[in-house]
Amino acid sequence: MRKHWQLHLLVIPPLLFFLIFKYYPMINAVLAFKDYNVIKGIWGSPWVGLQNFRLFFENPLFWTLVKNTIILSGYLLLAGFPIPILLALMINEVRSTKFKKFVQLVSFAPYFISTVVMVSIIMLFLAPRLGFANIALNFFGLESVNFLGEPGMFRSIYVWSDIWQTAGYSAVIYLAALAGIDPTLYEAAKVDGASRFQKIRHVDLPGLVPTIVIILILNVGNVMAIGFEKVYLLQNPLNLANSEIIATYVYSIGLLNANYSFATAVGLFNSLINLVLLVTVNGLAKRVTNNSIW
Amino acid sequence: MAATVPKRIRESAADRAFLITIYIVLSLVVLAVIYPLVFIISSSLSSPAAVTSGRVWLWPVDISFSGYRALFNTPEILTGYGNSIFYTVVGTLISVVLTIMIAYPLSRRSFFGRNALMMIITFTMIFSGGLIPTYMVVKQLHLIDTRWALLIPNAIWVWQVIIARSFFKSSIPEELLEASEMDGCSDMRFIWSIVLPLSKPIIAVLVLMYAVGQWNAYFDALIYLKSADLFPLQLILRSIIIQNNSAGAMDAAKMVERQQLAELLKYSLIVVATLPVLVIYPFVQRHFVQGMLVGSIKG
Repeated sequence: MRKHWQLHLLVIPPLLFFLIFKYYPMINAVLAFKDYNVIKGIWGSPWVGLQNFRLFFENPLFWTLVKNTIILSGYLLLAGFPIPILLALMINEVRSTKFKKFVQLVSFAPYFISTVVMVSIIMLFLAPRLGFANIALNFFGLESVNFLGEPGMFRSIYVWSDIWQTAGYSAVIYLAALAGIDPTLYEAAKVDGASRFQKIRHVDLPGLVPTIVIILILNVGNVMAIGFEKVYLLQNPLNLANSEIIATYVYSIGLLNANYSFATAVGLFNSLINLVLLVTVNGLAKRVTNNSIW
Repeated sequence: MAATVPKRIRESAADRAFLITIYIVLSLVVLAVIYPLVFIISSSLSSPAAVTSGRVWLWPVDISFSGYRALFNTPEILTGYGNSIFYTVVGTLISVVLTIMIAYPLSRRSFFGRNALMMIITFTMIFSGGLIPTYMVVKQLHLIDTRWALLIPNAIWVWQVIIARSFFKSSIPEELLEASEMDGCSDMRFIWSIVLPLSKPIIAVLVLMYAVGQWNAYFDALIYLKSADLFPLQLILRSIIIQNNSAGAMDAAKMVERQQLAELLKYSLIVVATLPVLVIYPFVQRHFVQGMLVGSIKG
């Protein structure tokens, strides 16, 4: 250890970063069990036990928030998870290197568009009067729709724009896994006279299973952490019935209304559910498929 | 054995149909991704009247640069642009240096406390104190409404540490280290004159990931900044497009013209805000993919 003191010196600043900006907030989360008072500070404020949590559970909004959060992320998971896999399998079949590269280059690009720009694009396309979607609807003699004002449309808008933006990027991981499949398996399939489809079914897919499981676990572990930024930006008073999720609620109650203790309790509840989901799915995956992230 | 049989003959009709279907589907995917982007760029280059009457559907109509002109006459946008460049350059520098400082020691087998440190770091990926407790820390450190708030609290991304660590692990040969230790080379010297020159690909990946992240970030600015002169471009963008605050930003003579121009400005703004990222993107895509491959080998 003495020999490598320089390495330890090197690690100190990044370690401090993690302690200050990641671990210290975890300690600050005791706020959830206190009645925060600005003058007394976090530690001087009186303990109130689980009162903030009780307030949240008894809040009429509680079920709406939990429901909205789970449905939105469940929808995203169900619709968004298989598409990159299909995309990767299709790209993998393409023999022309040029076309392959082109498809990858194009489908990858939207990933680099910022959330603000993404939402701006959605809003311009779906605008009530001048938006492209409504101009197209009118062209076919259909009535205009106020897409972002319809609570029923919110989830689909969120999920499908997300798929548009990230499917190409997510496919790269599967493509990498496909590239790693033992070539002798393909030769064996060829000798057995497998068709292209059979080759995908019996060689590609089984080869992808470990990757699929890992990505699935990570995605399920993120169910409650669904992208706050995009939901917040797409939100408006008209679609709030479906678009208010736990994370946006924490922001508006906590930072906008300065109700720190209550918002911390809500946020903590969210993180805990997330952790429990991750551990459960990881355990299940380990038992069923022998793949897990730890 | 397979090589003796020409491929073209083995291809059955069903296989060919299957392949053609794949080409068609992928072409549709490409169209679905490209079309909105082309539409936005074309709109930004069309005349205000053409955009608001819905006459643009693919190529620019009555080419005009009035949207871009309006954009450069709006001081907030220019300030935002300047700020974003600052945050991107300085933030990326800080992030990359810190990431290497922790990722390299973690890649060394002889590093004492390696596993414990790795645990400490990865745990923050699955559990966090939450928005409010983090905000309180930033507030206690008096970083609210300073540029530091956008540079420091999110400086290191755990995922980037993992990717960099895997890279160091797989591409810095153990023998090199042993040889240089034998010659009495210190760790710092080894990093400076051997590790860093050998690590150009991963440094490129880190720089690009962090730079794109900084350029696109807006949430930290939203919660930590109050003074408009510190706002990054993304925050200005949100105010103009999403909250529709554009009317006051311009000095056009007539009401109708002004509204049309405001509508056009949104398209130009999207183009200008995304341009830096999209221009470098084709050049760096290869590195991104490489970086992700490295990361997924040992995730």
